Parts: sequence; structure tokens; C-alpha cells
Amino acid sequence: MLQRETDVAIIGGGPAGLAAAVEARNHGCDVLIIERDDSLGGILQQCIHPGFGLHEFDDELAGPEYAQRYIDVVENGGIDVLTNTMVLEITPTKDLYAISENGVINIISKSIVLAMGCRERTRGAIKIPGYRPTGVYTAGLAQRFVNIEGFMPGTEFVILGSGDIGMIMARRLTWEGATVHGVVEIQPYPSGLIRNKVQCLDDYNIPLYLSHTVVRVHGKDRVTGITISKVDENWKMIPGTEKFINCDTLLLSVGLIPENEITKKAGAALSRTNGPVVNQFLSTTINGIFACGNVLQVHDLVDNVAVEAKKAGKLAALYSKGVQVPTSMEKQIVRVSPGNGVGYVIPNVINLDVKEEFIEKAGSMRFSLRVRKPMQDIYIKMRSGQKELYKKFHRYVRPSEMIIFKIKESIKDFLEGLDIDTPIEVYVEPKNKQPGKRERD
Amino acid sequence: MIAKKPSVEEKEITCIVCPTGCSIHVKRLEDGTLSIEGNQCKRGYDYAETEFIEPKRILATTIRIEMAKVPLVPVRTDEPVPKEKLDEILDFLANIKVKAPVNCGDVLVEHVLGLDANIIATRTLGVDTCDKIACEI
Repeated sequence: MLQRETDVAIIGGGPAGLAAAVEARNHGCDVLIIERDDSLGGILQQCIHPGFGLHEFDDELAGPEYAQRYIDVVENGGIDVLTNTMVLEITPTKDLYAISENGVINIISKSIVLAMGCRERTRGAIKIPGYRPTGVYTAGLAQRFVNIEGFMPGTEFVILGSGDIGMIMARRLTWEGATVHGVVEIQPYPSGLIRNKVQCLDDYNIPLYLSHTVVRVHGKDRVTGITISKVDENWKMIPGTEKFINCDTLLLSVGLIPENEITKKAGAALSRTNGPVVNQFLSTTINGIFACGNVLQVHDLVDNVAVEAKKAGKLAALYSKGVQVPTSMEKQIVRVSPGNGVGYVIPNVINLDVKEEFIEKAGSMRFSLRVRKPMQDIYIKMRSGQKELYKKFHRYVRPSEMIIFKIKESIKDFLEGLDIDTPIEVYVEPKNKQPGKRERD
Repeated sequence: MIAKKPSVEEKEITCIVCPTGCSIHVKRLEDGTLSIEGNQCKRGYDYAETEFIEPKRILATTIRIEMAKVPLVPVRTDEPVPKEKLDEILDFLANIKVKAPVNCGDVLVEHVLGLDANIIATRTLGVDTCDKIACEI
């Protein structure tokens, strides 16, 4: 069996893996990226639309362009890359096995960064009845066909799900000569950014059917049409509201799931959101295994992926140099739980027993979360028992936009203020609960 | 001097500056000035004004490429172009072909359709025909 040794092994060469690799390399480590596709860049290579890198590069780059900036650094920075190589397993002793054109490779590393990204939810995951004809694709797969491989998966489209990929594909397909008969969204509001609704749907008069879903796919060999129906607030179809739409292709843009099969095999605990449980150092429950990017939580901005990944890369580098980075399994931990109106919060736990000199090295204390539904005039708050740890006013929050905040006070004081038996709660509080107080962000 | 008559005299614009998504009503008054209502901030005002007078977009699409490992190279305009020109530019780009190697940032078409914008490559693609030859054999 082939063998490789490295300080930091990075699984996945998408934006998270690239940023983590660059950061680990900057900390003086030997770094190896393992990528299953034939080139680096991950999903960015098919996201040819502009709008990436606004925060990081102060520019509106196309996806492949953003990736290229990192690929250039990787290629010139002495970072090793294995493409066409897929990691099959991480054993509980952190032995890594991958398969490539040359056979199975055993990779021995001091630390590992999980950066495998996510995959699309499929038809099975959302249970649409009917035959299984040709012509039902996930939106991301269709995006790859159209933007990289150079062929059109159909001519008359309906898109289920108004996430950003779905709306961007609606415009893309229109530009390539197809007709998009509508975007169908089960929620009463579009689930992607308003900017995409305006520039991808409204600009091309593509109807958006809110509070609707696909109830039937017609056709035996090829899709011949779909039936959509209005739904009530519990997502139950309302009889009598069915509408038939003629089409030959149905695209599904119905959510993304972190891809954590190897994480599970390694024995790391997963959270409710299907990502690994991590602490403030992005360490999983296993010593020396860190996670970042969409494998941890599905992001909406690649800039945020890069920030998270750099942190994971840095801590993996420190760990490989012998620094004892606490895992999210240790005894001195306090849970961070999502409260009212909050879907999830990362990190899942916070280690209290952290050496003072390490606090500085580890960088800022950063939280990210998503709210459950669109809300106006609210506070995002964090508390430990009755003690308020953080509060910020937001005029408008949406589930499609990740909220990120940092602890402004000294991290040492913050940690000392926590109580091991009292979970931290992050929650939404409407502004009108505090009459007489006028505050702006 | 006769002022150029704009094609649209009144328009409902959804603001994309922030997540609030204000619905802004823009109308050209008889004296030629604009009435802009419904925005909640200055940035929204500016957005609605530009969007009414001359909406512009960065156009991102693909061009056929030969001698590379994939048949398409992604491209975009390096400056925003008038929205009404998008179809024309897409038609033009659908009929051209480039050859690998292409570097990210290379200008593939200068002043596309005489506009103040170039078409630039957004991906680096080296010469790579191995896969295709393998397929043909």
C-alpha cells in the first residue's frame, strides 16, 4: 500500500480546504490536500455567477475566479495536493485511507481538517410521489452540466425550491435558451437572497409560486409535466388548488446536507444539523480532528467559509506542533443551545479549562447561527442562566442569512463568567418586550 | 435642446441593497426630475435612481473552449453592462470559440459590442486533451 506522511491532512479541496491549507502552511506545517475531483476549487468551479469575495477581496468575483486566488497560493506555496483521490475512511486512531488511480493510499498525519462540504437533498429526501422518469435533477447537478460539461439537461423547466442555487439556475437556463415556467417554494417567502429574486426571477418574468409545492411528477420515460398545489401553514396541500405545468425537466433546489460519512466512521459525534459537534476551536470530539466550511454548517457566503476555515487550519497547525488544543469532548465544557427562534448555533460547546497563553493564540470567540423564520425588529441575545453575555439589535433577520457575532470583551473574562452546570442559550427576543427602551444597532 | 425621452416613465423597483427589500416607486415628473418614494435609506435612493435611469449588470456566462479538459471556459464582463444589452452579448458569445491555454483574468473579447467592458476569463484552463483522445479510442 502507498504511504504518505504529513503534518496536516486536509480532506476536500473546495473553498474551506483551500483556506485551511493556506493558513496551516503559513504556520509552518507540511500540508496535504486530498481532493476527489480532478481539480481544486470544489463547487466554486461551477458557480460562474459574480458576487463572491466581496468581504475578503473587496471585489465581486465569479466562483472559479475566487477559487483561483487560493489555488495560486496553494500551488506556489509548497502545499501538496492529491487530486482524483477520495478519502474512504478515517479510523478512530486517525489513520486515513484514500483511493486513487494508483490504488489505496494510507496517509499518516498529525492532525486532520474535515472540509468535505455538503451535498444536495434529493427527490427521495422530500418524498415526491409518481414515476421515476428521466428529467428530475438536483439544481447543482444541472449547474455542473450547463456551466462545466456544456450540455442542457432539458428545454422546459420548473424549479422546486427558491434557494439561491435554484434562482440563479433559473436565470442561467433562460440565458441558455430554455424556458423556466416557474420556481415553486413551499414557504410563504423566498428562501434565497432578495437580490437573486430580483435579478434572476423578476428581471426575466419568471413566476415565483410561494406557499406551493410539487405534488406529482407526470411522465413515464421522460417528465411530461408536474402538478403543483398550494399548501397551508403546515405544508399540507390544499385540495382544489392543483395546477398542471407542462415541462420536461424538474430541478430540485431543496437544501443541502453536510457530508459526514467519514466523520461518523471516525467516531466523531454529530450534532442535530448533521455536522460534527465542535467547540470554540472547531475541534471535533476527536483529538486533532477539526472541521470547517459546509461540512460543519451550510454557509451562504464563501467569505465566511474562508474565515472559519482559516481558524480550523491554524488550530490544526498548532495541534500538529504539539499544542494541546482541547477537544469538544473534555470534561470542562458547557453546552451552547439554540433557544427561542434560533435553529442552531456553532460552536456546540465551549471549553472552559483553557490555558491563558492559548486563548491569545486561538483568536476571537466567534459564534454563528441561523434563525428559524424571517423576523423584524429583534434582538439576538446570549445568556448563561440570568446573566446576559451578548445582545444585538437586528432590523431584519432571515433563515437564509447566517448571523455571525464575536465576543467583544476579553475571552478570559468571558470564560470565567460561565458556569459549567448552566448551558449557554442563544435566542431571539422581540424588541417590543422592552417598552420605553430605544436602541439601534 | 430636446431631452432624450426615457423608455419607462414610471417603475416599481425592489431594492436589493439590504435584506429589507423595500419596494420603491420611481416616477419621472413633467419637469424631468425623478420622484423616488418608498426607500428607507440613502443607499436605496441611489440604487433606485440608477436602476431607473440605466440598470446595469455584470454578465457571467461561458464560452466554448478547445484543447482544454472541459468544453467551456467561464467568463464575465469586467464592468457592469446595460441590462438591455445582455441578450445581444449572450448571442455574440454563443458564437465564438477560444483555444486553451487561457488564464483567469485574460481578456478574451475587448470592448464587447463596442461597450466599455471586456469579456474576461474567470478560470485558468491549460492545454489538456488526454481525456478526449481516450474517449475517441
